[in-house]
Amino acid sequence: MLGKERMEFSITSSELESMHSAKTRYTQLTEHLEPEEMIINMGPQHPSTHGVLRLELITDGEIVKEVIPHMGYLHRCFEKHCESLSYQQIIPFVDRMDYLASMNNDHAFVMGVERMLGIDKDIPKRIEYIRVLVCELNRIGSHLIAIGTYGIDIGAFTPFLWCFRDREHIMNMLEWASGSRMLYNYIWIGGLFYDLPVGFEERCKEFIDYFKPKLKELDELLTDNQIFINRTAGVGILPLDVAINYGCSGPMLRGSGLKWDLRRIDEYSVYPELEFEIPIGKGEMGKAGDCWDRYKVRVDEIVQSVRIIEQCLERLQKELKRTPEFDPRAKLPKKIIPKEQDFYIRAENPKGELGYYFITDGKTEIPKRVKARAPSFNNLSVLPEIARGVLIADLVAILGSIDIVLGEVDR
Amino acid sequence: MDFSDIINILIEKFGKEVVVDEQVTGLQSALVINPDQIADVCLELRDNKFTYFDFLSCLTGVDHGAVENKFSVVYHLASIPYKSQLTLKVIKGHERSSDTLPVFLSVSDVWKTAEWHEREAYDLLGIYFEGNPDLRRILLPDDWDGYPLRKDYVAAEEYKGIKIN
Repeated sequence: MLGKERMEFSITSSELESMHSAKTRYTQLTEHLEPEEMIINMGPQHPSTHGVLRLELITDGEIVKEVIPHMGYLHRCFEKHCESLSYQQIIPFVDRMDYLASMNNDHAFVMGVERMLGIDKDIPKRIEYIRVLVCELNRIGSHLIAIGTYGIDIGAFTPFLWCFRDREHIMNMLEWASGSRMLYNYIWIGGLFYDLPVGFEERCKEFIDYFKPKLKELDELLTDNQIFINRTAGVGILPLDVAINYGCSGPMLRGSGLKWDLRRIDEYSVYPELEFEIPIGKGEMGKAGDCWDRYKVRVDEIVQSVRIIEQCLERLQKELKRTPEFDPRAKLPKKIIPKEQDFYIRAENPKGELGYYFITDGKTEIPKRVKARAPSFNNLSVLPEIARGVLIADLVAILGSIDIVLGEVDR
Repeated sequence: MDFSDIINILIEKFGKEVVVDEQVTGLQSALVINPDQIADVCLELRDNKFTYFDFLSCLTGVDHGAVENKFSVVYHLASIPYKSQLTLKVIKGHERSSDTLPVFLSVSDVWKTAEWHEREAYDLLGIYFEGNPDLRRILLPDDWDGYPLRKDYVAAEEYKGIKIN
């Protein structure tokens, strides 16, 4: 068959290197440029690239003809590190992937290891509720950054300051619980680092009461702002089929109008016991799947996260109240050696589907292979597709609406 | 649609040799597919109205180590309408002593997600994906030597005159 013939040719790595080296590619690219076209580098130090992302633009005046993303500036060899660390030691590295939502990263990773060990059913309810509580707090924090920095990309400065002011309360609370502002290492395999500090639930309740009216203010400031709508509605429309084909997930996918939330699909942790809705983009201002829809999905998700937090707090203060003998480290396994298997776990992060693929050998505490499927990595891959033929100013709006974290793209 | 139905669909369409092995021991079952047919199998699984795996969650390259001398690529598919998941594997032997790369078929025509994931596997493991339109290094610098996630990789001592330690 044709397939057989094809597979027999083999290519030497040195040949390949020359074929694909950056220089050859670059000369090819510039040789075929029309006289009116120009190559512009955006980043890696550009404020609207949200970190160290370099976009190579081929432009015709103000029109972007082609976008070529270059990343890797923040590559820290996560997968290589995992080859020599035990599962518990990997958790701090996991924190540093999506550093705006460390709790969610930890939760997904820990769930994966617990399922491999077969102890995921023995985790006490209080621990599960605390995990969900801190994850949702972190989700709000992450979305606040997404909204705030998006405002600043578009040219609105105030929402940025307001978002950071409110996020600071979340940071302070999580610091109180874990001892760290951003990289928490709080959720451990089989339990938690510590129980919530005394008075945390009350302070969290206070924050929610404070935050709800602030959310309305923020909404009035940005969501219905005519300048903001003009800049985002109908811009960067991502059709649903394209989104699925490119592996987009999270607010990107929901912004295109699909109700797909792994908290409901996979029903992990205690999410089945909690009430919340899945907001989707409806194309209220422009077309479904535009930048405004993705923004709105994030705003609505904050409201839903607040709902989840309220339910968690209620249960944590009533039937799952703290007791003096409750020890969140009681179920911590002494030796973490999962059976020989491979396992893929996925969970809903603020940015989308975060997945870990484990291969274990059943003998050591060190995994054979860990691969992280980062949501930002896949969400970013759709950018060249939806940014073809837009204005440079709109490219900034599109990139901001994807809400990437480069720590996660580059790992 | 459970695991055995999917196997039946594949065998009916492509013949007996398409499914090389079934791994059903762990928590998640996996199908080992004939390397020559993986692209066709993926297209069939995506378009068949009973399976409809329209979402590629993850694509992983794996080095089995210097003893086994094998490389594999693992595909994690998800179906949005059926809310189901499936793991496919492709395993191939490769003599790492020679100066060649293991060659696998690209599935980037089936799911665009695969394009960047295959670039990553090429970058870190040195797996060549035939049919990928833009197979370049993605995370490491373009002039990096070697493939860091290979089990026999020796870390470079310096990069452009800068000592690494």
